[in-house]
Amino acid sequence: MIRTTGLTKVFRTRDREVTALDDVDLRVAEGEIFGVLGRSGAGKSTLIRCVNLLERPTSGTVEVGGRELTGLSASALRAERRRIGMVFQHFNLLSSRDVAGNVAVPLEVAGVGRRERKRKVAELLDLVGLAGHANAYPAQLSGGQKQRVGIARALGNDPRVLLCDEATSALDPETTRSILALLKDLRAELGLTILLITHEMDVVKSICDSAALMEDGRVVESGSVTDLLTRPDSRLARDMFPLAATAPGRGSTVLEITFRGAETAQPFVSTLARTYNVDVNILGAAVETVGGRQVGRMRLALDGVFEDNVVPIGYLREQGLQVDVVQDTGSAAANGGRLHVVEGGAPDLDEPADPLTTPATPATAVDAARKEA
Amino acid sequence: MPWDELRPLLWTALQETFHMVGWTTLFTVLLGLPIGVLLVLTDKGGLLRDSRIANAFGLPVNKILGFVVNVGRSFPFLILMIVLIPFTRWVMGLFGTATSIGTDAMIVPLTVGAVPFFARLAETAIREVDRGLVEAAQAMGASVTTIVRKVLVREALPSLVAALTTTVIALIGYSAMAGVIGGGGLGDLAVRYGYRSFDNRTMLVTVLVLVVVVQAVQLVGDFLSRRLSHR
Repeated sequence: MIRTTGLTKVFRTRDREVTALDDVDLRVAEGEIFGVLGRSGAGKSTLIRCVNLLERPTSGTVEVGGRELTGLSASALRAERRRIGMVFQHFNLLSSRDVAGNVAVPLEVAGVGRRERKRKVAELLDLVGLAGHANAYPAQLSGGQKQRVGIARALGNDPRVLLCDEATSALDPETTRSILALLKDLRAELGLTILLITHEMDVVKSICDSAALMEDGRVVESGSVTDLLTRPDSRLARDMFPLAATAPGRGSTVLEITFRGAETAQPFVSTLARTYNVDVNILGAAVETVGGRQVGRMRLALDGVFEDNVVPIGYLREQGLQVDVVQDTGSAAANGGRLHVVEGGAPDLDEPADPLTTPATPATAVDAARKEA
Repeated sequence: MPWDELRPLLWTALQETFHMVGWTTLFTVLLGLPIGVLLVLTDKGGLLRDSRIANAFGLPVNKILGFVVNVGRSFPFLILMIVLIPFTRWVMGLFGTATSIGTDAMIVPLTVGAVPFFARLAETAIREVDRGLVEAAQAMGASVTTIVRKVLVREALPSLVAALTTTVIALIGYSAMAGVIGGGGLGDLAVRYGYRSFDNRTMLVTVLVLVVVVQAVQLVGDFLSRRLSHR
């Protein structure tokens, strides 16, 4: 539904150039909620503003709903923009108009007649739960209510695509949740495709189907949220499920378990302890429900060196869990190595993997290095 | 001068002042507001910065307009009025009688003096409108004309009314010089009777009426500005 190809934006000031977007390829499928996550200055705001050409990219193309936008004439672009709704961090409501008046603006712009406008405004206000506030002025509304007006306004001309530029960043956590719930409902009800940018991990976690992580104008990770969260080398997962770097005592094996989907329903930790009679210590855990599935990471310490725990680890893998052995204080770590076993693959017991070629996750690499030193 | 004689004179003078200031205010808004809008639109970051309008005939319209406005504002009004006499006669010719004297003729230099003044105030008021509102309108697919009408001018309206109030009060002051080119009004009354005939009472009464008029204008302006603002 939204497709950017080689999108690059360079801002030129008198004495320097800043590359806000660096060859960004984004694919947002129809009907999905796609989140672009990044710190301020990562270029995510420039990216979303390039999608409806509020910002002209230096190079690259933008397609929305199959129509290439960068080559359009001014009037054709205006026509296309009417089909792309946009919601802003600071709401950007006209202070001179009441709620109904604000929602009517896009309809006026599109030349909708007075009676039809009135009907449509009432319908939109109903949709966002503001039916009783039609005649209030923005100054009399709370932040959450203002954003609801912003959303109603963005939906004025029945857009297929909704762009949300930090739409919840100026709101408190509770209001954020209610606005996100509204967006989710609207997607289901109207079949919208939503592209949102945010610096809040919670937003991605609670409503996004797919996400991209931006850094210094580049997309460093992208894909479906469940996939990203369960990939051991994913930055997104690491940010969402921060597990403290724990140095276990000698003679224990630390496992990092990543799970998704239904496995969490099984009480694998207690089964493990009971069946194999091992002492399990939970060093850290983070579990979230994403897209209706439980995903998370957990760090466990099993008593005994790696060799002693081969069987219990095998059991965990059989449960469909992804198990990474962070350190084996007995053998692998002593050789300066670290085992990284991909889900479903046969554990390589005899040769510790080369730390340089293994896709080591930063934190565990640090762990290993610290251990060596 | 006894009160009975003064009263009709005062009444005529008041009407003349209203006549001059009223028409001038109308023309000032009609001319000054578009100039103010254009100053904002053609400036750096403005909506028309890269358009043909901003670079008509390869000239930087914003710079030229700004310069003309500044020239207009740097004339002391008395001198402007005299310099403009040929222009006034030409303009009045367009409306029927080619004259440079009288209350009607006074409207020409008053307008020329007030337009740059109001244009600058309007520019400042419009510049105050949040950029985000303009962006929101752009994102809806609004044209520049629509944005000017529905966003810039409408959102700046309370400030524009305040700017106009200031302009009208300045105009009441300028209009007091109408006597120099044979115009009437309260200022002329004060100069002719109060100053040249040493009639202190006339002077005092005229000044009092002016004070009341100015106060009234300010009150009405403030009221309107407040009514229009929903911040």
